[in-house]
Amino acid sequence: MSDKEPVDTDAVRSASSALFDLRTVIAILFLVYGVVLTVMGFVSDTPAELAKSGGIDINLWSGIVMIVIGAGFVAWALLRPLKPPVADEAE
Amino acid sequence: MLLAQADLRLNTTAIDYVLVAFYFVLVLGIGVVARRSVSSSLDFLLSGRSLPAWVTGLAFVSANLGALELVGMSANGAQYGIPVVHYYWIGAVPAMVFLGIVMMPFYYGSKARSVPEFLRMRFNATTQRVNGVTFAIASVLIAGVNLFTLGLVLEALLGWSLYVAIPIAALVVLAYTVLGGLSAAIYNEVLQFFVILALLVPLTVAGLARVGGWDGLKQKITAAAAGNTDQLHSWPGTSLTEIANPTLSVIGIVFGLGFVLSFGYWTTNFAEVQRALSARNMSAARRTPIIAAFPKALIPLVVVVPGMVAGVLVPQITALKAGGDSGGITYNNSLTLLMNEVLPNGLLGVALAGLLASFMAGMAANVSSLNTVFTYDLWQDWIRPGRSDRYYLQVGRLVTVVGCILAIGAAFLAGSYSNITDYIQALFSFFNAPLFAIFILGLFWKRMTGTAGWTGLVAGTIAAVVIDVLTRVNVLELSSQAGSFVGAAAAFVVGVAVAVAVSMVTQPKPDSELVGLTWSLTPKESREHTTTGEDAGWFRSPVTLGVIVIVLIIVLYFVV
Repeated sequence: MSDKEPVDTDAVRSASSALFDLRTVIAILFLVYGVVLTVMGFVSDTPAELAKSGGIDINLWSGIVMIVIGAGFVAWALLRPLKPPVADEAE
Repeated sequence: MLLAQADLRLNTTAIDYVLVAFYFVLVLGIGVVARRSVSSSLDFLLSGRSLPAWVTGLAFVSANLGALELVGMSANGAQYGIPVVHYYWIGAVPAMVFLGIVMMPFYYGSKARSVPEFLRMRFNATTQRVNGVTFAIASVLIAGVNLFTLGLVLEALLGWSLYVAIPIAALVVLAYTVLGGLSAAIYNEVLQFFVILALLVPLTVAGLARVGGWDGLKQKITAAAAGNTDQLHSWPGTSLTEIANPTLSVIGIVFGLGFVLSFGYWTTNFAEVQRALSARNMSAARRTPIIAAFPKALIPLVVVVPGMVAGVLVPQITALKAGGDSGGITYNNSLTLLMNEVLPNGLLGVALAGLLASFMAGMAANVSSLNTVFTYDLWQDWIRPGRSDRYYLQVGRLVTVVGCILAIGAAFLAGSYSNITDYIQALFSFFNAPLFAIFILGLFWKRMTGTAGWTGLVAGTIAAVVIDVLTRVNVLELSSQAGSFVGAAAAFVVGVAVAVAVSMVTQPKPDSELVGLTWSLTPKESREHTTTGEDAGWFRSPVTLGVIVIVLIIVLYFVV
């Protein structure tokens, strides 16, 4: 189907599909959540709050793990970028 | 009841709502961006068959990580303990591997766009229509159940009225599926998978820390049960099956849960199979359910365990387990009560986003599979054939809107049933068990005829409905859980018996029309797939992956 369209739409398509790389979206989610939770972990670490989660600063640790996972997805997306023609070959 | 409502409200602050809002922005953003890549009905309804296996695999798990799964299984964990892992290890993983290795070559290889379309190829148009209509009805009913439970959570946690919460939830699901079609639904399912893990993993870690680790949890459960350790061992699971005899209980789990119910659900439910059909090639399609089996095998660690923690940590649930007054609280509240008990603000917002995501996952899966079946199987192949692709794309979008509106109605219908789990298990025994029967027979017995296909389906469904009615009016003295198992077994047996009898007196299809649709007439090469380029390597072999995951569940069974 795409071969009937003008050539320049392919460029638009690949640009939007790069933006639409799911790995980027997952990375954004984890990085934003990770940073917010890490900050929350540093700000609110009174003994009463720590006791709630059994003495672990769960906000801080979850935040750090999420930042690492987010960074992992960024690295994956950068190292192995999407190849837009894959979808067209299938058709 | 008023008191119970107040107990259930989460201690949320502004930062929690910011995190929830951010998630919804991403979800709707995916819908908007996905719209740009939708240019044909195949794009909209099957994602143009272009998705990589890790995406379809995670969507496959996520489509099943809906409301009932998360809330229901943590509730079961609180009530029954470790035996609940059977639902995952014997009740899901083997069927998922079977789907990938044995059945996917036929599904994907036939180029069928849906389960009903496959039935038309193997049997005839009547079978396609019977299955298409029943599937459409079942999808709307089950979408309604998901929507209703989502509304219940919003009502309890945020204080919204059901009449506000249900339409708003439907509107969000509608917005992203109508914009981006299946791609948006699948991409969001993958995102949901990660948010749900971001809810479950910290909840499990913090919960275990509060009860003194795994050993502390075991001690507390043993103490609460007055020295009885049944809740800490997976076998024989007598409390779960309600079968007193241990041997019969094991047989019930292996054959009832492990064979009839689980194979029926995982191998023929189009909401699941559709995720694999949208993979980019045969190799990715076969790997989809097997990749999904890995997280499926591990999810109980973060669903059943927090349930068990709630059973000893949350005062209301502890009281409920001890048989005392719990003030209107049920096991279904375990997950949210534990969230409130152990998670600080910040993570609570992430958890709330994860919970909402899980409810929407189930409904989006129902709606997106409904519009594929309605558009292709009922509208294009039956009612209005021969129009342009653009026309069917419009129909697909319209069906999404209508489906969401009907689901709102079905949500209030589901609310009128006292026990939602019973309702949904009865639906599965009506629709999935007979379908699995004729599928397996049709796959391995080429003599089975087209007429036998739809008569077997109808007879199996009638058998399941009869058992359900007999159980309800107490002619059969069975618990509701055992009732749906017997119903599923009856549907399977009657379906096969009628199909065999009808095949004997009707004309089979010529062999030439069955190539690629039955086992014996499909050359081995065409059941295989390419193993070069992006599909090379032992770690991309469906059989190798399947063996690894089966070994994994055997090892897990040795642990507990």
